[in-house]
Amino acid sequence: MTEISDYLIPCIVVLMVFHGAFKGVDIFSEFIAGAKNGFKIVLNIAPSLIALILAIDMLKASGGLQVLCGILSPVAKLLGIPDDVIPLTILSPISGSGSLGMYESILKDNGPDSFIGRCASVMMGSTETTFYTMTVYYGSVGIKKTRHTLPSALCADFTSFILSPKIVKIFFK
Amino acid sequence: MNYIWPLMIAFSFFCAIATGNMNNLSSAVIASGTDSISLAIKLLGIICLWNGLIQIADKSGLTKSLSKLLSPVLKLLFPTLKDEKAKQAIAMNMTANILGLDNAATPLGLKAMSRLQELNKDPYTADNNMVRFVVVNTASIHLISTTVALLRQEYGSKSPTEILLPALFTSFAALCCGLIMTSVLKKVFK
Repeated sequence: MTEISDYLIPCIVVLMVFHGAFKGVDIFSEFIAGAKNGFKIVLNIAPSLIALILAIDMLKASGGLQVLCGILSPVAKLLGIPDDVIPLTILSPISGSGSLGMYESILKDNGPDSFIGRCASVMMGSTETTFYTMTVYYGSVGIKKTRHTLPSALCADFTSFILSPKIVKIFFK
Repeated sequence: MNYIWPLMIAFSFFCAIATGNMNNLSSAVIASGTDSISLAIKLLGIICLWNGLIQIADKSGLTKSLSKLLSPVLKLLFPTLKDEKAKQAIAMNMTANILGLDNAATPLGLKAMSRLQELNKDPYTADNNMVRFVVVNTASIHLISTTVALLRQEYGSKSPTEILLPALFTSFAALCCGLIMTSVLKKVFK
């Protein structure tokens, strides 16, 4: 499994470059021209990134996360989400590195093949950092009004939080 | 974001008062500036690299063949989108997502966003196709979730990849739910 994924990226790079060369594209100068555009994109993203990271870092450092977990715990119990996984449900929409760290500590404490470990794995595999994705995608083109993006995306996240424990129960009896 | 951002900041402030974590909070504020710029620099390298590769794939016609291959899926997800260039960019982004290439998916997605923005009538407001596209990206349909599998292996799982199928199931259900919501809510948020 890990060997296949080791091959994946290099193979794609080789495929893209050689397909270009085969079709007579001026590959090197096209690559440079494309790469140059990257600077403009990142320059557009950076300000919104600073704003988002500020709020996330504050939330993590203030202990606000634990407070939120306490508030959400009864709701989670009702939905069949195990207690240890609650911090992950709060972190995974807002912070990629934060949720990854949380996921690691869940694996360490409970073991990857436990019910909780599997639940957390399915959640991690089926959600993306919603706020981060929105910030980067909309920030890059200067969109201010995102309309119904956030509620829809959070509904999708919520679906996977509720479904994860149930799916794990069905798959691993 | 106009509501959630200040809410997060205010909530953190009051939690810090309640828990006596004000010194942590203060250093977090200072560190966050550096954090975000180092993240931006990390992104800069990845985005430039993949943008270069996309440019080659664009010129060689690779993206065109890919979007033809995915056209039934694209028609289903974006029924109102007719623009070929946007479809090609979206096809590239979706391929990267499905293969679990997180690093490549973002630059490819941004390429698609810039094309969608050219088609957008109001440059400050997201149109329906943009919303659908971002929701597709937040649902993360991965055939192989490399990070999860690697971490499970690291912590001694007997079968690191056993969760891939259930995760695929779950993200597919989540995506359906998200897309249904976009269709329902698009009339509410004008």
